[in-house]
Amino acid sequence: MSDPASEPAGPRVGLFVTCLVDLIRPSVGFAAVKLLEDAGCVVEVPAAQTCCGQPAYNSGDRSNAVAIARQVVDAFSEFDHVVAPSGSCAGMIRTHYPSLLGDDPEYGAKAKSVAAKTYELVSFLTDVMGVERVSARFYGAVTYHDSCAGLRELGVKQQPRRLLATVTGLTVQEMSEPEVCCGFGGTFSVKYPDVSNAIVEKKVADIASARAPLLLAGDLGCLMNMAGKLRREGRHVSARHVAEVLAGMTDTAPIAQGEPVTNPGAKR
Amino acid sequence: MQSTAHAFKGNAARALEDRQLQEALANVPKGFVGKRAEARARLPEFDALRDQARDLKNHVLANLDLYLEEYERKVFEVGGKVHWAASAGDAREIVLSICREAGAKTVVKGKSMITEEIGLNDHLEGAGIEPIETDLGEYLIQIRGEAPSHIIAPAVHLTKEQVEADFRRLHRDLPEDRRLEEVDELVAEARSVLRDKFLAADVGITGANMLIAETGSSVIVTNEGNGDLSQTLAKVHIVVASLEKVVPTLEDACTILRILARSATGQECSTYTTFSTGPRRAGDPDGPEAYHVVLLDNGRSELLGTDFREVLRCIRCGACMNHCPVYQAVGGHAYGWVYPGPIGSVLTPSLIGVEEAGPLPNASTFCGRCEAVCPMRIPLPGLMRKWRELEFEKVPPPFAQRFALKSWAWFARHPRLYQFASGLVIPVVARMAGKKGAFNKLPFGNGWTRHRDFPAPQGRTFHQQWRNQKRRRARS
Ligand code: SF4
Repeated sequence: MSDPASEPAGPRVGLFVTCLVDLIRPSVGFAAVKLLEDAGCVVEVPAAQTCCGQPAYNSGDRSNAVAIARQVVDAFSEFDHVVAPSGSCAGMIRTHYPSLLGDDPEYGAKAKSVAAKTYELVSFLTDVMGVERVSARFYGAVTYHDSCAGLRELGVKQQPRRLLATVTGLTVQEMSEPEVCCGFGGTFSVKYPDVSNAIVEKKVADIASARAPLLLAGDLGCLMNMAGKLRREGRHVSARHVAEVLAGMTDTAPIAQGEPVTNPGAKR
Repeated sequence: MQSTAHAFKGNAARALEDRQLQEALANVPKGFVGKRAEARARLPEFDALRDQARDLKNHVLANLDLYLEEYERKVFEVGGKVHWAASAGDAREIVLSICREAGAKTVVKGKSMITEEIGLNDHLEGAGIEPIETDLGEYLIQIRGEAPSHIIAPAVHLTKEQVEADFRRLHRDLPEDRRLEEVDELVAEARSVLRDKFLAADVGITGANMLIAETGSSVIVTNEGNGDLSQTLAKVHIVVASLEKVVPTLEDACTILRILARSATGQECSTYTTFSTGPRRAGDPDGPEAYHVVLLDNGRSELLGTDFREVLRCIRCGACMNHCPVYQAVGGHAYGWVYPGPIGSVLTPSLIGVEEAGPLPNASTFCGRCEAVCPMRIPLPGLMRKWRELEFEKVPPPFAQRFALKSWAWFARHPRLYQFASGLVIPVVARMAGKKGAFNKLPFGNGWTRHRDFPAPQGRTFHQQWRNQKRRRARS
């Protein structure tokens, strides 16, 4: 761990933006940059990145998954840490790259070393950088969904709640089953849309029962699924990535909502 | 059983429309999930026991031949007989010939998934022998002509009202004012009908939760006691079990028993845990005159040398399906063959082929909850992914899907072009959404937008904006 006081610069962090944040919601990426810089990291964003390869890997297309994994490994080897604002993409790199590339004579060792230094954003802040509080304000109640890969592959559970508790004005109101899957599952939501819908239907009912006007989570895929359903059902719950709130960057419209900003809790 | 696993999608769609089924399925999370969590919390060494059980079963699988031979020897010593059945057909024939030798007209059955797997009931009926299911759930689905929809709660897809209606239809002598509203009233009614059948049956057939090599015993756990009656009242007891059920010692059996019921129903242990060792000995007050074990392989030994050997640790507790969001949404019948839920999604392609069962390992969000609760620590999502890989090689996906995946992968492998193209397309898409912030219809995303809106991109991509920022920083 680095101590900003005794070193000229903090650790060099390669930000793995993730494809969804890059395309759909860049504000999450900028929130991540801010949080990392506030924690004393030097953030770089390698240009040679697209996606972690999960769509191929989870479709059984191993050869494309391997090719994409190699590309990520090449792009991120040089950093002290690799951080992604997503439990699912960080989990892919951290827990699955070693098995994808482990036997590769050229990439095996490199893949394992990249895997070992890859983290989900919020748990990186707390567990590696020792961040105990953030300086953001957000006036209102939120509820938090534990995305599956972050929770079960990486053990992300208390870290976001700990930091959210330090946001001025914010309270967390738990839904009854925050650990139950939202039904997104990447390509699953496209291959089995009806089953996926049945799952997210139950999820949004549980979200609504928390009686908080804002839903937070650490994975944009799940958030898009839940926000899309909340909006279709006309429920008065907005959705944001947790990084936006922790970074105090909530002046953008919530996910799946247009301007003007209708976030009832946001006051600056 | 004729598989409809290939038609999972259609099966699932029907299940989602079925009101009664949906009402019944609501009991799955209510009934099982919380109880397992409480049972786990009450036993501090629960997770350590899971490790122990996993290691134990791995050891057995690595030495399966030795333990099976020891088991066979012991069964012989206590006066029983082991029959080796390579296939489902072999197993059916062996059971039938034992029944014929015993001159059986009726057989009573304890709950057994293996006899479902080999399609035993139909086979016996075809030969003029009446099989009678004695587990309440199995009895219910037998009178309805259905297959089990859950491995430990075969009739979990039925509501109490459906059961009551069936009883009133079939149990003719039932007085009209007889109450049949609570579960115990239903159990009592089934019992009263079954009692005579137990006494009249010539052969009792049960499965086995475990086979113990050291003693030659078979073990069953039940909550109704029906299995015990099935195996002690009839002249002949036939155990039908698959070969991976063997464990070395009584002690080992107890290790597994400690996590089995807790994982299944949240009980410390099931109401009845029964060990049977051979036929009745001189001086025994009861027990069968003959004791047979039919050991089924049916493709399992071929899994031993593969990645899929891990599913052979399964103790059929049902926790994986109880916690599965897909199972909770569509129920067990949608999976189209004997074993539903995550374990079915891994096991079914192994037993009947991935060509037939390909949709099952795909029908998972990979949320990982099954693996998180599996007492035997079977990496179910990882094994489903293995099936997806094998399927991808063997049965290429439909053209449109392949084309989408291939073009996406090509771009993903060429970051410069990817960023160039997404930099062109994404801002246009964002403008198309205008101020709405979401699409309620997409040209290629009908499956998604039929049920939910699709969030619109904010505007320019992250990489575009980042590049510009860097340039600006460099200039200033
Ligand atoms: S796979 Fe695991 S959780 Fe599922 S039935 Fe088997 S032992 Fe139980």
